[in-house]
Amino acid sequence: MTDATLSYGHGDPYQLHGGRPHEGPASKRIVTGYGFWIFLLSDIVMFSCFFAAYAVLLGQTAGGPRGAELFDLRSVALETAFLLISSFICGLAMIAADLRNALWFQIGMAVTCLFGLGFLALEFREFSELVGRGAGPTRSAFLSAFFTLVGCHGAHVSAGVLWLLTMMAQVFAKGFRADIMRRLLCFALFWHVLDIIWVAIFSVVYLLGSAA
Amino acid sequence: MLGKLTWAAIPFDQPIPLIAGAVVLVGILAVLAWIVIAGYLPSLWREWITSVDHKRIGVMYTLLAMVMLLRGFSDAIMMRIQQAIAFHSQGYLPPEHYNQIFSAHGTIMIFFVAMPFVIGLMNLVVPLQLGVRDVAFPTLNSVGFWLTATGALLVNVSLVVGEFARTGWLPYPPLSELTYSPGVGVDYYLWSLEISGVGTLVAGINLVTTVLKLRTKGLTYLRMPIFCWTTLASNLLIITAFPILTATLAMLILDRYFGFHFFTNEAGGNVMMFMNLIWAWGHPEVYILVLPAFGIYSEVVATFSGKPLFGYRSMVIATMAICIISFMVWLHHFFTMGAGPNVNAIFGIASMIIAVPTGVKIYNWLFTMYGGRVRFATPMLWSIGFMVTFIIGGLTGVLVAVPPADFLLHNSLFLVAHFHNVIIGGVLFGAFAGYAYWFPKAFGFRLVEGWGKAAFWCWLFGFYLSFMPLYAVGILGMTRRMQHYDVAEWRPWLLVAGFGAVVVLAGIVCQIMQLVVSIRDREELRDLTGDPWDGRSLEWSTASPPPVFNFAVLPDVEGEDAYWTIKSRAREQGLLRGEPDYRDIEMPRNSATGFVCAFFATVMGFALIWHIWWMVIVGGVGAFATFVAFAWRDHDEYVIPAAEVARMDRANREARLTALKLAGSSS
Repeated sequence: MTDATLSYGHGDPYQLHGGRPHEGPASKRIVTGYGFWIFLLSDIVMFSCFFAAYAVLLGQTAGGPRGAELFDLRSVALETAFLLISSFICGLAMIAADLRNALWFQIGMAVTCLFGLGFLALEFREFSELVGRGAGPTRSAFLSAFFTLVGCHGAHVSAGVLWLLTMMAQVFAKGFRADIMRRLLCFALFWHVLDIIWVAIFSVVYLLGSAA
Repeated sequence: MLGKLTWAAIPFDQPIPLIAGAVVLVGILAVLAWIVIAGYLPSLWREWITSVDHKRIGVMYTLLAMVMLLRGFSDAIMMRIQQAIAFHSQGYLPPEHYNQIFSAHGTIMIFFVAMPFVIGLMNLVVPLQLGVRDVAFPTLNSVGFWLTATGALLVNVSLVVGEFARTGWLPYPPLSELTYSPGVGVDYYLWSLEISGVGTLVAGINLVTTVLKLRTKGLTYLRMPIFCWTTLASNLLIITAFPILTATLAMLILDRYFGFHFFTNEAGGNVMMFMNLIWAWGHPEVYILVLPAFGIYSEVVATFSGKPLFGYRSMVIATMAICIISFMVWLHHFFTMGAGPNVNAIFGIASMIIAVPTGVKIYNWLFTMYGGRVRFATPMLWSIGFMVTFIIGGLTGVLVAVPPADFLLHNSLFLVAHFHNVIIGGVLFGAFAGYAYWFPKAFGFRLVEGWGKAAFWCWLFGFYLSFMPLYAVGILGMTRRMQHYDVAEWRPWLLVAGFGAVVVLAGIVCQIMQLVVSIRDREELRDLTGDPWDGRSLEWSTASPPPVFNFAVLPDVEGEDAYWTIKSRAREQGLLRGEPDYRDIEMPRNSATGFVCAFFATVMGFALIWHIWWMVIVGGVGAFATFVAFAWRDHDEYVIPAAEVARMDRANREARLTALKLAGSSS
């Protein structure tokens, strides 16, 4: 063992770590965060398909309404604000978790949840208004793509709320255990990525759609 | 109450699926009864079904693939018999049944044979080659396997409850839309692939994280065995391509279930978008399958030539080049759909360029063999059979990559012959090579060589007899998926192809015999050294089968061919390295999460297919509750004490020392 350790790293041209030796398996926290990032990237690939479908079908209104006739930018701005604020509060809750402060963690998560629910309520109102005006997803290919893209994000937010409540219950029951801290890391990443996707939806669907 | 499900769903008027289904059901019940009566159920549950050990999950993936191979092959031989006799007649299969068979054959062979076979081998081998104790996420690994099994189960349930898709293995709209396929066949296809697709994605994330973040000390990227590199490339493709499949099938589901208009003929739907999206997944999928096989050939050829792999770094570059270019060729699957000459030309050229790194690999394997002392064991036979066969398949691929030629050959049996040529000759031969090569590592005894070699020759000749005639009839103008035909010139070729399928059947019988005989004679075939092939990478440095923790002490890697270096030094000095300092080892506890979750996924998938909405909710809530229960566990690891580790490792060292002395005295 010792001779191996001493000879290790000499005269080896094949190292990619800037010459530093490879130290072996990474810690659990790094492995978990890394794996979850990869999942998020794959999720972004899935969203990119719905974005592509939306772009292809944008003009296919089949004689029905176009985006500019449907979108209410004020409501969408409010949705955006809710989601971004909830992300900010989520960040504060994670700081509280790092400080092992259960009270502020729970308050932060509860506020995050409320803003998330507010976002979902606004989106639900928008969708039901559209359906009520005869502009539901079955009206045209454009509306199918619109409802699927935005609805898929909404489904992610709903799943996130469910996850959030589960994490609140778990911290309440078990405290800030190492594995729970790793899950909180993943949850926070998930919640922030939903913002990134929303920013893309806001720009591509609503802003460009209203301008057209 | 039960949605669309009625007694009419069971095909009492069709004897073939009914009898086949009954035979399978009786078989399953008999096996279950035997397990229960013999008292194996508790150990089956504890040691296999709930296992989170990557080696056992790998074995279960491979077993699933081999069982499904039997199902997929029975579809194949039924089609060959139908086409052999359906000249100027209807044959014995009515069109709607024949269409289900070719759809099920393709779906099963790609998703439930090829995929679980390569994922199983990667699961089994990669952590051992990386010198670590498990994959990054052991419980999720189990979830991924069981979700794959759920998909396979749903496809097979369609045999007796309802019907399967009649649309081909990729459900092209508008045929797959509700208007033209009102039955549950396409829904079976969609939900089984959505569910097993989640399983595949989980496996992909797991293996990428494992390769990038869990390598033993000193194992830098450019010291990894090539199989680890191809695993990395293949799983990077899984995590980038499978979400496209999920999204595309979700769009078709929305069309069928809720009247959306993604791919319909009305209201502005775009059928071409489906072809583009599905092949944006489908072409990388080809490389997801074949890259791990390339990795297996690299390991096998180096080991059985007794030489380091020729051109290691060019192999790495070729692998990663294929990984990237595979995303730039999808349009060659539909040159005839009129994207225009410039687009077709670009994709045609890209398709030819991807042959270049593949050619680099072929030359590397040839030069590895050149000057080596080649041992013709079964894994090596599969590898050499692959090189010859795959070159033919690759060349016909370059031929159909030329758009004008493709306009003549598109959707003909020439194309069918081409992709069977690369998938059987590339992926399946590779899987069989890996199966023979790593079997002793997984179970501690070798497969008997005689039956294995017989299986190889039957498969090789059977393949050529089955598919070379299809190239000929394809050029003669025969399109794929024909239930009957009236052209006399095609007949003799199709008779030869039918005979070829019988020869392949003989190969499969030999493989079953090989397994039976090997298990019977396992004491004679026992591998005591843990290194039966004189291997070069770290999986051969531990016992066969490896202990649950793989390595008593994580090995230190000092160069390429990690185990070869250690072994050469031991041979020179005539002794092993000093006994290491044993420590307690923490291992993840087994968990029923994967199995229970897959149970609820099966319930949910079945309910979605038959529109039984209350049951969908039961399945969804059950799956969520399973995860919460898993997350609530207090103890997710157990400790193996250092004394126990030392006891197991000393036995392994003893065996190695004996082997070393034997090798020393014989040379």
